[in-house]
Parts: sequence; C-alpha cells; structure tokens
Amino acid sequence: MSESTSQPSLELDHGAPAPCVLLHGRWNVQGLSAGTGGASARRRIDALKAELLKHGKAADTAWNLTHATAMDHVGALMLWQAWGGREPKNLILDPQHRMLFENFRQMQAIPADPIRFDPLGTLVAIGNETQRFMEHLSGFVRLLGQVMLDLGRFAARPQAGPWREISANLYRSGAQALGITALVGFLIGIVLSYLSAKQLKQFGADVFIVDLLGVAIIRELGPVLAAILVAGRSGSAMTASLGVMRVTEELDALTVMGIPQGFRLIMPKVVALAIALPLLILWTDVVSLLGGMVAAKIQLDLSMSYFFNALPNAVKIANLWIGLGKGIVFGALIALVSCHFGLRIEPNTESLGRGTTSAVVSSITVVILADAVFAIAFSNVGI
Amino acid sequence: MSTHGAAPALRNDEYIIQIEGLWTKFGEFVVHRGVDLKVRSGEILALVGGSGSGKTTLLRQMLGLETPHQGSVSIFGQRLDSSDHAALQALRNRWGVLFQEGALYSALPVFDNIALPLRELKCFDEHLIRDIVLLKLRMVGIEPRHAYKMPADLSGGMVKRIALARALALEPELVFLDEPTAGLDPDRSDSFVALIRALHRELKLTVVMVTHDLDTLFELTTCVAVLADQKVIAVGPVREVIAIPHPFIKTFFLGERAQRAIEVIRDYPFVV
Repeated sequence: MSESTSQPSLELDHGAPAPCVLLHGRWNVQGLSAGTGGASARRRIDALKAELLKHGKAADTAWNLTHATAMDHVGALMLWQAWGGREPKNLILDPQHRMLFENFRQMQAIPADPIRFDPLGTLVAIGNETQRFMEHLSGFVRLLGQVMLDLGRFAARPQAGPWREISANLYRSGAQALGITALVGFLIGIVLSYLSAKQLKQFGADVFIVDLLGVAIIRELGPVLAAILVAGRSGSAMTASLGVMRVTEELDALTVMGIPQGFRLIMPKVVALAIALPLLILWTDVVSLLGGMVAAKIQLDLSMSYFFNALPNAVKIANLWIGLGKGIVFGALIALVSCHFGLRIEPNTESLGRGTTSAVVSSITVVILADAVFAIAFSNVGI
Repeated sequence: MSTHGAAPALRNDEYIIQIEGLWTKFGEFVVHRGVDLKVRSGEILALVGGSGSGKTTLLRQMLGLETPHQGSVSIFGQRLDSSDHAALQALRNRWGVLFQEGALYSALPVFDNIALPLRELKCFDEHLIRDIVLLKLRMVGIEPRHAYKMPADLSGGMVKRIALARALALEPELVFLDEPTAGLDPDRSDSFVALIRALHRELKLTVVMVTHDLDTLFELTTCVAVLADQKVIAVGPVREVIAIPHPFIKTFFLGERAQRAIEVIRDYPFVV
C-alpha cells in the first residue's frame, strides 16, 4: 500500500437519505504522524480536524468507519472530540473498534488546573521565600553546631577519628586542584602586572609594582581566587556526592549501621578543606607572583632578582598570615555550605541539579561576604 | 486487518523480533554466545534465566541500547544497527518500554511524563493530548487527580502504572517490560499482571518481558525463552519448556517455589 493511500483521509458521500462521511487510511498514531512529520504533519492533522469538526456539527450526517484500515485510541479520540463527546446517531463501525469508544464514555474530566490566580500571591511568595531563607539559616546553624560537637569528639579521641576520610578529601580537593589554581593564578598575575605596569610607567613609579602585586595578591587575590575555584570545583562535588548518597539511600544505610553522618562525612570534609585551602592559597600566591614577575620583566624590564629582594620589604608578613587565616575560614565555610545543600537534596534528579547550583552560588557569595568582614576587621593591620 | 494497525507491509505470520547469532561482549567477558530468538506478533514472551545470565542485556540489545559484537537484531523487519535514522525513529515510535524502576522523568509531573512522547511527535494539539493522557491514566487505573503529582511523591506501584501509561502513550504494537512486578507486593503484583493481561487483550500487544517472578510467568506468558550457558536453550510454551532436561530448567521450574506457582496453570489455560 502506498504512502498516499495509507494516510488518513475522509470523504463525504452525498447519498440518500443522509450524507455519509467515509474514513480511509490509517487512523492511528503511525498513520497520523507518518511522512515528514513535524510542521507538515501538524498542518495535515489540523486540516483533518477542521474537516471532521465541520461534519461533526451536522447532526444527521452518518459516519462509516469500516473503510479505515487501522484505528487506535488517538484516531478515535479525534473523531470523538469532533462529535462533541458522544456518538453520532448514524455510526457504522467494525466491532473491534467499538471498544475504543467504550473507553471514552467512561473517561473522567481532569480536575481543574491547580494553578489559579491568587490576589495575595506576591505576598505569600515573599513570606514563603523568607521562611525558606530562615529555614536554610537555622539548618546551617544546626550543621555548624553538629560539626563543632564532632570536632570536640575528634579532639577528645583523635586516634578514633576519620583520618582516612580526611586524607581522601585532602587529596581530592587539595592535591588535585593544584593544576587549575596554578593556571588561573599565573594568568591573573600576568594580567594584573601587565595592566598596572602601564599606569605606573606614566608616573615613573615602576618599582612600586612589587608593592602593588605583593599586597594585592597575598592579601586579597590569592585567597579569593583559590576559594572561588575550590568552591566551584570541590564544593559542587561535595554537594553532588552527598545528594547522590541521599538519592541512593546510602545516607540512611549509614544511619542504620550506627555510623554518624556528621562525624564520618561532614566533619572530614570541613577539616580537609580548612587545611587544603590555606595550602592552595600559598601555592596560588607563589604562582601568581611568578606570573606578575614574568610580566614585569617583559613590560618594565624589572629583573626577577630585584623583585625577590624587594618583596619582603614591600609586603609585611602580617599580610601573609591574614591571607592564610582567610583560607582556613573560607575552606570551612565552603565545605559547610556545600554539605548543607547536599543534605537538603531530595531524592530526585531535578533537586540534585538545583542543590548543586545553589551550593556553588551560595558558597561563593559567603566567601566574598566573609572577605568583606576580614577587610573591615583587619583594615589597619599590615598596610 | 488488526485493530491496532500494524504497518501494512507486516503480515500476521511474520516475526516481530528476529535475533540471529547474537554475541554480546563486555571487554573479554562474553554474555551471549550466538543467541537466536524469534518472537511472533501477539505473543507474551518471558525471558528467564539465572542472575547474570544476560536477560536484561538481551532486552537492552532488543532496544538498541547495547551494540552486538556479532549477529543482528531486527525489530519489525528493521535492523537496529541500520544507519537510517528516520526508520529507526519510526521504529521507536512503535514500541513502548517499561523500565524496572519506571524511569519516569523526575523533573516532570505525571501528566507531562505521559504527554512527552506525544508532544515529541509535534503533530497533535494540546486538547487532544490532554484527552489521550486522561485515557491512558484510566487504562492503567490511575485517578486523574494524581495527574499533577511529581514522580517523587508516588508509591512504587503507582510509578510502575504511570510508566506503563507512558510506554503505551504512542499506542505501540510491541511492549518491553523489565521485571514488571519486581518491588511490588503480591497484591499489587497480581493486579499489575491482570492489567497487562487486559491491555494485551484489548490492544493486541506483543509483550516481551524479563521476569524472575514465577507467578507472573505462569499467569501471563504464552511463551518462555530460557537463557543459560550464554544461549537461548529453549523457547516455547511453559509446559513444553518444563519438560526439557536441563539442570537450570529443573531447578528454576521444578523447585519447591515453582511447584507452588505451577498450581496456577490449572486455573489459567494457555492459549498459544
């Protein structure tokens, strides 16, 4: 049978006593959607529907479905809709098709769409958001308290601590992040040095590039840069791994075995990141300064040995301690925020994606917030 | 001609599924060593075999989710390794699959899960799609008020029913079921089996399923294919297969558990 004859079509027979609609072709999903598909199939079906509707309105028209080579629920439903939800008086059909229409008669209406207009909608939404935020806040505080308790327990009996987990986390979020932080740090060092060299040259203040790069990188850029990279890299991984453990009921399995989640999963992550991030910051500082040095050599012809010698005088050691102190705080915050969102993931994939995104965005925001607090608190130290 | 409108080229006596000399290898590990299997239109075929005998892998081969190392799989006379994408897509619209865990899209509510394959065809309007979804929900015995729930809020039995409704959305001629009754309590499992039997009768479906559940096997199937020793060692109605003297068949069908389930045969005479 060729494509054209198997396509669904109808024909009006102006016979006596009443006109009769004859259906031809395959009135099933395959027949209706056959051919090129997409827009042209849609047009063909819309045309068929319009034609059906026209005939469906005439009450005395007879319908003959016996010539249709195939019919399924979808095809039958198109007819049923054209008939206005009931069978026409004059209907000739094969017995096996009768079943299809039987089903429609008992079909219930879908209850009204639950989305209705609510005049107080905005207010309610604001309230809900506030409540959600407060929930997050209290959840975060609870997590913080739990981690404090776990740290106390760890300090009391360090030999029974989760050393293996801490070491694994150190490796994953520390050692494996060396490459990316070095790359980004080096490039930022070059960019910063390159841009400021131009400005400094105008004032003949070439040698102050050491002060500028030293303070900016060691005190501010190194810590924030490393923290943002770690938040994106390890924070998202922590959220996702906890989320997947929730989805696969591994968290519940730990609980029923009497293995405390906080002590074995959360606390090691916090400790590991609080150790790894300061070290990563030191590394980023070194590589960024190296980048700055290279750019200064090219742009200002400032020798590397001068840069080395001038650095200790230009940057007070307090700046380094502030930078590393930031690292400890940022690391702990990133791990806490990521775990907080990881534990709140519900057992479905959408929640997993949303939770991971929120974790990264929130931990970066929290890092920058904490950085602002540091800037204010230590405004007259080291500069 | 059948109600269900198979493609005109397909004759009634033709095989819907043809597997010839199929080898599946994962690295060096051979799962199937020359599997041959043919499934006739209108049959309810169960694949049985011990754990790790490659039942689910064979099902995945039939779905085109694994690539054969050797041999071929043809469905509706169309080879799955063909490069004709339009033909393969047309083929995929003619089968429905019920995955073991339902595999409902967790980001979409029940209604959109069932409507998705219909919307993908891009040729039906929303009014028609709504009625089709309602009808499918009715066919699997889910009340319309559950239509806006998310899959995460449903019980396991409901997930299976809705996944079946989604599998049936495009009025397929062939339905694959992976462990249809696994994870359901005996009561739900019985009603799910009854549902599949009713749909098989009403829609003239061909059903291929993987199952461990002997009750399901005896109640539902017209034909059993036994996978053992990396091959299909027997195909046929349960009664004939039981008679074959093979160690796996003996332990699987004639063990104590099986004897209890076999009682069911007396109540449901087979029509093959």
